[in-house]
Amino acid sequence: MTQQQTTGGDVRLTGISKTYGSFTAVHPLDLTVPQGSFFALLGASGCGKTTTLRIIAGLEEATTGTVSLGGKDITGLPAYKRPVNTVFQSYALFPHLDITENIAFGLRRRGVKSVRKQVGDMLELVQLGDFARRKPHQLSGGQQQRVAVARALINHPQVLLLDEPLGALDLKLRRRMQLELKRIQTEVGITFVHVTHDQEEAMTMADTVAVMNGGRVEQLGAPADLYENPKTTFVANFLGTSNLIEGEIAGCGTDIVVSAGGGKLRLPGDRCSAPAVTGGRVLLGIRPEKISLAHADAAGRIAEGRNRVTGRIVDSSFIGVSTQYVVESPAGRELQVYEQNIERDARLVPGAEVVLHWNPAHTFGLDASQSKLAGTMGDAGVETVEDVS
Amino acid sequence: MPALRWIRRNLIVIAGLLTLAYMIVPNVVVMVFSFNKPNGRFNYAWQQFSLDAWKDPCGVADLCSSLSLSFRIAVWATIGATVLGTMIAFALVRYRFRARGAVNSLIFLPMAMPEVVMAASLLTLFLNMGAELGYRTVLIAHIMFCLSFVVTAVKARVMSMDPKLEEAARDLYAGPVQTFVRVTLPIAAPGIAAGALLAFALSFDDFIITNFNAGSTVTFPMFVWGSAQRGTPVQINVVGTAMFVIAVTVVLVGQLVANRRKNNARP
Repeated sequence: MTQQQTTGGDVRLTGISKTYGSFTAVHPLDLTVPQGSFFALLGASGCGKTTTLRIIAGLEEATTGTVSLGGKDITGLPAYKRPVNTVFQSYALFPHLDITENIAFGLRRRGVKSVRKQVGDMLELVQLGDFARRKPHQLSGGQQQRVAVARALINHPQVLLLDEPLGALDLKLRRRMQLELKRIQTEVGITFVHVTHDQEEAMTMADTVAVMNGGRVEQLGAPADLYENPKTTFVANFLGTSNLIEGEIAGCGTDIVVSAGGGKLRLPGDRCSAPAVTGGRVLLGIRPEKISLAHADAAGRIAEGRNRVTGRIVDSSFIGVSTQYVVESPAGRELQVYEQNIERDARLVPGAEVVLHWNPAHTFGLDASQSKLAGTMGDAGVETVEDVS
Repeated sequence: MPALRWIRRNLIVIAGLLTLAYMIVPNVVVMVFSFNKPNGRFNYAWQQFSLDAWKDPCGVADLCSSLSLSFRIAVWATIGATVLGTMIAFALVRYRFRARGAVNSLIFLPMAMPEVVMAASLLTLFLNMGAELGYRTVLIAHIMFCLSFVVTAVKARVMSMDPKLEEAARDLYAGPVQTFVRVTLPIAAPGIAAGALLAFALSFDDFIITNFNAGSTVTFPMFVWGSAQRGTPVQINVVGTAMFVIAVTVVLVGQLVANRRKNNARP
């Protein structure tokens, strides 16, 4: 692999698109996955992420565009000639072969004679040493998943593709496998491209996340960057929860002043992806955990310079580490607020009049011409393409 | 009433044993009468124990030649029907093509058609084509009616196969041929084997279609039928018993091997 490091083993998609008849699964997209990174393609089902992955694997032919690996064009190469291996969602272990033969499959196809040592090492890496002679159906879901990873990794691919490999596992096991996969990736240093619809999974595991929607990449960046600076309402809503308040720009400077819900709110000018023109419409975004909640009687003690919105609590739910409030206000019908359970104000119950306040620096601005609901659960704004995997 | 209670408790076992006996008794009769020494031409009444027929299975004129002919036809019909049927089954499951539904139903036609009607129609067809009746026409007919059964058996297996397995093989450096030989074929094998066994059995003892289309060729079932007019040689029972024993042995050995493999898998 040292050779790839010097020449650069980046995966580069250029103008890749896929259409089925009149149906566009992937719009022309350009994507670069740097060598050695853990890259996640995140999106709702049918957003084109699996199709993109299969194009890299060579299991699907792109309608247009090229795929290159380490500077070499592999667009025309069939799947079995690409130095790329896949962990399938259903694991796709060969039912007629035992675990050893499953893992050795790739080596044997390439004419490697003595596979014993390598298979042993792999079994150790995924901690399945005692299961070498079992058949896949005798293993649990988590164990099968690890066999699938071992079967791919043993070939030392330049890129490992993971197609929702944790989807079939229960929550607890999924958390464990996330850490496990991350550990393996750090250990072997191979580029991982991970497809998932689980935003938490993508954020915990990946260095870089590409959020896909309707066959397009909406935004690409490090998890924290995507979370703090979403550029579209889809990203704002799909990654975590966002409060989006619509308003009119009243003044521009280093800070943009927006009038919304009968008050004035400020946001840093460099955090606004919408055109800043006085009189223009803008969506103001703020994450629920960034908001503090004060009872209306205590409003006077709120520090100067903070953004304020008045409202009334309509619902509260105790989560343990935090309490989640739903607040009705002129600025928005259902504003979400998460408060840490440190010093709970007993007056903060449904029906109470409250003031929401936050540091203006935590506010981001979005173009108001897009749907406020894009990317929310059960939202019609999520553009989907048929799942063709 | 302890007796009544005993019966009630064991009713399922009794019913099961009776059904089993109902199925097995005819086979036992075949075996027992292969050791008979009949008085006269007909092997219908028990006389005395004898190994004569077992010592000389080909002792009846034309029996062994008809037997070997039936074997040859059955083997070729099995090969022909299995290869074609497997391909048809894969095509029907894996590909979406025009008239796929129609083909799917047409495949079942030979099974639904009364055999004797089919036999007569085949004869008409062969005669109109000017084909010479014999080994070849019988073989063509056998492949034709075995096909439906092979397709049905293989299709069931292929349908339950995850197409992702072949993708995984391709992903793991197996080219098209390797993928087929290493993954597709082994996984589909039980279905193909079931279809082949069925085809062999059907072809070997087919009488109606063969009788219509064989011309002067005589297969084993035709030989049995023909000799039954004049008398039934004990050797027929010998052949039947031998085939039964071979079939049972094959099944038992297969199961033993499978069991051992399963046990090996659990250290």
